[in-house]
Amino acid sequence: MTVRKNQASLTAEEKRRFVAAVLELKRSGRYDDFVTTHNAFIVGDTDDGERTGHRSPSFLPWHRRFLLEFERALQSVDASVALPYWDWSTDRSPRSSLWAPDFLGGTGRSRDGQVMDGPFAASAGKWPVNVRVDNRTYLRRSLGTSVRELPTRAEVDSVLAMATYDMAPWNSASDGFRNHLEGWRGVNLHNRVHVWVGGQMATGVSPNDPVFWLHHAYIDKLWAEWQRRHPGSAYVPGGGTPNVVDLNETMKPWNDMTPAALLDHTPHYTFDV
Amino acid sequence: MPDLSRRRALTAATALAGATVLAVPAARASAPSRDHDAPAAFDEVYKGRRIQGRPSSGGGHHHHGGGYSVSVDGVELHVMRNADGTWISVVSHYDPVSTPRAAARAAVDELQGARLLPFPAPAN
Repeated sequence: MTVRKNQASLTAEEKRRFVAAVLELKRSGRYDDFVTTHNAFIVGDTDDGERTGHRSPSFLPWHRRFLLEFERALQSVDASVALPYWDWSTDRSPRSSLWAPDFLGGTGRSRDGQVMDGPFAASAGKWPVNVRVDNRTYLRRSLGTSVRELPTRAEVDSVLAMATYDMAPWNSASDGFRNHLEGWRGVNLHNRVHVWVGGQMATGVSPNDPVFWLHHAYIDKLWAEWQRRHPGSAYVPGGGTPNVVDLNETMKPWNDMTPAALLDHTPHYTFDV
Repeated sequence: MPDLSRRRALTAATALAGATVLAVPAARASAPSRDHDAPAAFDEVYKGRRIQGRPSSGGGHHHHGGGYSVSVDGVELHVMRNADGTWISVVSHYDPVSTPRAAARAAVDELQGARLLPFPAPAN
């Protein structure tokens, strides 16, 4: 059974195996297909049109499925690997072990944002940025530059306290848990973390940075925490909503699974705490 | 180099979904809504780069910005208008700003002199 652990508690061996599996997906070309799919949805999802992966109620189940696909790909390389999560409300410094050279590497240099250490640095030769929106082929970051602070635990708790999953108009203007977690409204959790990391993480091709998966694994965990706090609150809308994935509608691009089928993560993985 | 071509997006989505034939959002030919008041056109040189913006007719093209197109040195920058009237672009997708000109300037800041790659051609 897959157990998703806090990245801060991984052993050196677990980090090594995770990095090796990610690099193998990159080498084989499978990694970049995930980047391409994410960008296709992020530019296609609009507030007044069809919306599936972002700015909509299905933001959470869509990314849960997307991460499951990625985790299964990792496990096809190394069956012992699970996706770790990054609790950025606790590990909120560029000096966190997350950014050490034995794991994801650190921030970019000031001149061009290029990451200079760790297994994903361009200089290591194994991480070409192929799916991109400009001509720069190296991984970039600028930790804590565009926005100074990551969300605090108190800010996380204020969003987890929201009892309603989502609300009309089911987009970036909505009140409720989903949109506050996504960050288009209120204290801003998910979006702000993308901006804090900077580089490709701040763009539509954000999965070019492996921290994408650790960030979304924690967003996914917060959804599970929210469900535990609000057992009477359900995914909405329940049906008949144009352009929006209702509870029992299948989601693109897989077309074989509904939000209803993804509400319970425990058939697929559990968390360490 | 068309790194983000529609064909590649479809290939990737198909790979993720097995053999199912799919329509991903990038391939949709939906016309953008035209009921927004589009911001005025602009044309300026910002940090040495020419940024331009203008209302566009849409017409089945990729302009999800509510009928507004933006370019940096003549290359289209994909922009999008949020429900509250703020704007984002593909190079600054999680950080809304107040106008498409601000989105173009944010893109120039982000690019640090790099050349924008053409956004994939509209689905025909």
